[in-house]
Amino acid sequence: MAAPPFYVQPMLRFILTRVSLIIPTFLGITLLAFFLIRLVPGDPIETLAGERGIDPARHEQLRKEYGFDQPILVQYGIYLSRVLQGDLGKSMITQEPVITEFAALFPATIELALCAILFALILGLPAGIIAAIKRNSIFDHGVMGISLAGYSMPIFWWGLILILLFSVQFDLTPVSGRIDVLYYIEPITGFLLIDTLLSDEPEAFWSAVRHLILPTIVLGTVPLAVIARMTRSAMLEVLGEDYIRTAKAKGLSRFRIVALHALRNALIPVVTVIGLQIGVLFTGAILTETIFSWPGVGKWLIDAIFRRDYPVLQGGALLLGVVVMSVNLLVDLAYGLINPRIRHTR
Amino acid sequence: MKKSALFAAICVPAFLAAAPLAAKTLVYCSEGSPENFYPGVNTTGTSFDASEQIYNRLVEFERGGTKVVPSLAEKWEVSADGTVYTFTLRKGVKWHSNKNFKPTRDMNADDIVFMFERQWKEDNPFFKVTSPNHSYFNDMGMPKLLKSVEKVNDSTVRITLNQPEAPFLANLAMMWSSVQSKEYADAMLKAGTPEKIDQEPIGTGPFYLVQYQKDAIIRYKAFPEYWAGKAKIDDLVFSITPDASVRWAKLQKGECHVMPYPNPADLEAMKKDPNVQILEQAGLNVGYLAYQTTKKPFDDVRVRKAFNMAMNKKAIVDAVFLGSGIPAKNPIPPSMWSYNDSVKDDEYNPEAAKKLLAEAGYPNGLETDLWAMPVQRPYNPNARRIAELMQADLAKIGVKAEIKSFEWGEYRKRAQAGEHQMAQLGWTGDNGDPDNFLHTLLGCASAQSASGSNIAKWCHKPFDDLVTKAKVTTNQAERTKLYEEAQKIFKEQAPWFTVAHAVQLKPVRKEVVDFKLSPFGRHTFYGVDINSK
Repeated sequence: MAAPPFYVQPMLRFILTRVSLIIPTFLGITLLAFFLIRLVPGDPIETLAGERGIDPARHEQLRKEYGFDQPILVQYGIYLSRVLQGDLGKSMITQEPVITEFAALFPATIELALCAILFALILGLPAGIIAAIKRNSIFDHGVMGISLAGYSMPIFWWGLILILLFSVQFDLTPVSGRIDVLYYIEPITGFLLIDTLLSDEPEAFWSAVRHLILPTIVLGTVPLAVIARMTRSAMLEVLGEDYIRTAKAKGLSRFRIVALHALRNALIPVVTVIGLQIGVLFTGAILTETIFSWPGVGKWLIDAIFRRDYPVLQGGALLLGVVVMSVNLLVDLAYGLINPRIRHTR
Repeated sequence: MKKSALFAAICVPAFLAAAPLAAKTLVYCSEGSPENFYPGVNTTGTSFDASEQIYNRLVEFERGGTKVVPSLAEKWEVSADGTVYTFTLRKGVKWHSNKNFKPTRDMNADDIVFMFERQWKEDNPFFKVTSPNHSYFNDMGMPKLLKSVEKVNDSTVRITLNQPEAPFLANLAMMWSSVQSKEYADAMLKAGTPEKIDQEPIGTGPFYLVQYQKDAIIRYKAFPEYWAGKAKIDDLVFSITPDASVRWAKLQKGECHVMPYPNPADLEAMKKDPNVQILEQAGLNVGYLAYQTTKKPFDDVRVRKAFNMAMNKKAIVDAVFLGSGIPAKNPIPPSMWSYNDSVKDDEYNPEAAKKLLAEAGYPNGLETDLWAMPVQRPYNPNARRIAELMQADLAKIGVKAEIKSFEWGEYRKRAQAGEHQMAQLGWTGDNGDPDNFLHTLLGCASAQSASGSNIAKWCHKPFDDLVTKAKVTTNQAERTKLYEEAQKIFKEQAPWFTVAHAVQLKPVRKEVVDFKLSPFGRHTFYGVDINSK
């Protein structure tokens, strides 16, 4: 057997270190999700019973059936052992398995989050680069001013303003939802952009695109601002390095210097920021989904909080946590690939 | 803004590809997702609305009113003593079908018996399916009231009660008694998926369910074989839109035709929109402040009266309901039969209130708590604001009221346990019968129960005798007299400061024809038509 290439060992160690961190993080999430919701005042049985209340005998019976009469640590133990067997439980309200509900709703959130991050990258990277190259120009001040405003914008307000402007005033985009209600698209992948292409109604695809525009802008605004600012400052730092001066002295074209030499190095912190923005995106999705009636997991979790639907909250938080952890792991790995100094660090 | 415009411009070709409008599709911008499609365990209007289109009951409320009319039962007879009800079922009533189930028979007595037994008998295999908490069935006192429910033959059902109950028919018209297919239930039980009957419902109603995507859409189609004739619209869509401002934006643009629960701040703009009309109806509800009548100082009627006179009801209603409420003087709303208009409300008179309070032994005023609900309800759009206004009024007669609030579930539980001195609450009627307000909210049985709705804990024998007698009297004229008298006693004894009856406002696009507001706040689309542009 041939010996592995010289860089594999440190890379493997790097991956293993990162993966081993997942276990305590995972346990931490189960602990937080389990205990935090129990700190919120309110009784899930009362909420289940609705406005009309419930008689004490039936209340006690239901507490027993759901296992809420057990000591809290025992409840946590039972919950954890079920989770480890892959059982996240059933929603107390709908009686559907948590995993089924998550699987049905998550593609909508992913579709929106992907569009938002693409939107942020497509506009944020060039804006940051140009702002750095044309430092202190009107463009630079403009981009920085706008990005600061974008970063500070309350999502709820921003969403409603865009609806009023683009949907109600100019009639350019639909108000909310994922697709025009007149299209009946059977979910295949759950990603509407794909499902509409697979359907025999080509106009449905355009309807899905039109519905994505405003939520994408709203959800993508904060990451866009962060990416633009981060790219600018990273570029500024790199552009001041000696090797850039050398490249300039060698008479390389400005495009080659920026695109090949500066950008690649400037991307390292930017990639980290993009990874961190995934968590921000899911937080933002909760509000964005509520404003735009977007049937994703954000709205689902909010409802679960209001309804004290413990299994949904615990399961949903855990699954989202796993997704964020996985994305960050991928970012860490990508980081390692971009920057050899990291994978060689012991 | 430049970026957004650019982004929009890229997508211009998309705008050109608008979808063709299907004929007669009515879109309702509903406020949330239903919990399931089994009204027997539901308590929210959102869930009831989703099921309302699918199911029928033995008897139903007429569209837009509270009158009980035949539905699955064509006619019925009541025994002279008021305890035996014999229902003759309509023949030829077809069930919907779906991918899991094709019915082999029409609706019959087995289905009716199943509806009762599922909620009543713990050994019924469906008792615990979806939820064992059959709230309304229990709240309406069915477990104690029902003696037997028997199938006489395929088209006859006999229900025997333990005692006469005047509102029984009205209770049967409520959503909890929606009839599901026993044949479907048996098939799903055999397949090991009993919960399917509540998730992929089969009913006899005017619309059948085509698709439900949580938090997105509920899609129905008119059932061509509906026993009362096919609906005028072909497709009914619930576009789930939780935010009131977004619902309004969609209504304006014609993306939906009817919307519930408008934001009061949008009402002005709605009134100006030429494409929209606002339907109005006095709601079947009441918002009130209950005094804990078993605790000092509110065990003294003079203190309660003094408080009633100290608070400026009109100012409170004007400030908080913004034109969508009318001051309440009785515990039942004016649109309900037996409403006693001759009752005179306590006049706003802080001087007289102060005097009365001194007479009751509190010349220097007193200290009390004042609970404000943490949530918005149709009968109370802003409990905190109301509490502040009440607090300011009470301060004028030397009363120091401390405003308190709790998480909503906790609030209800504590109020039902009588932990408060003064607490705001309200009620929306279930069945259009005065018993549902006067007995449920103010009767002794409810005061003595830990989960009863009488949070004033007011048990006043002369009043209780009247409403208990009215409950078992079948003659409506007699009942009216009893309830009118009960309202007089209520006013004299003042267990509540009645605040307001909220008016139901429903923005509807003008192309919608014959949409009728339901006094119960339901949204029924059978009988509604739409003018295609």
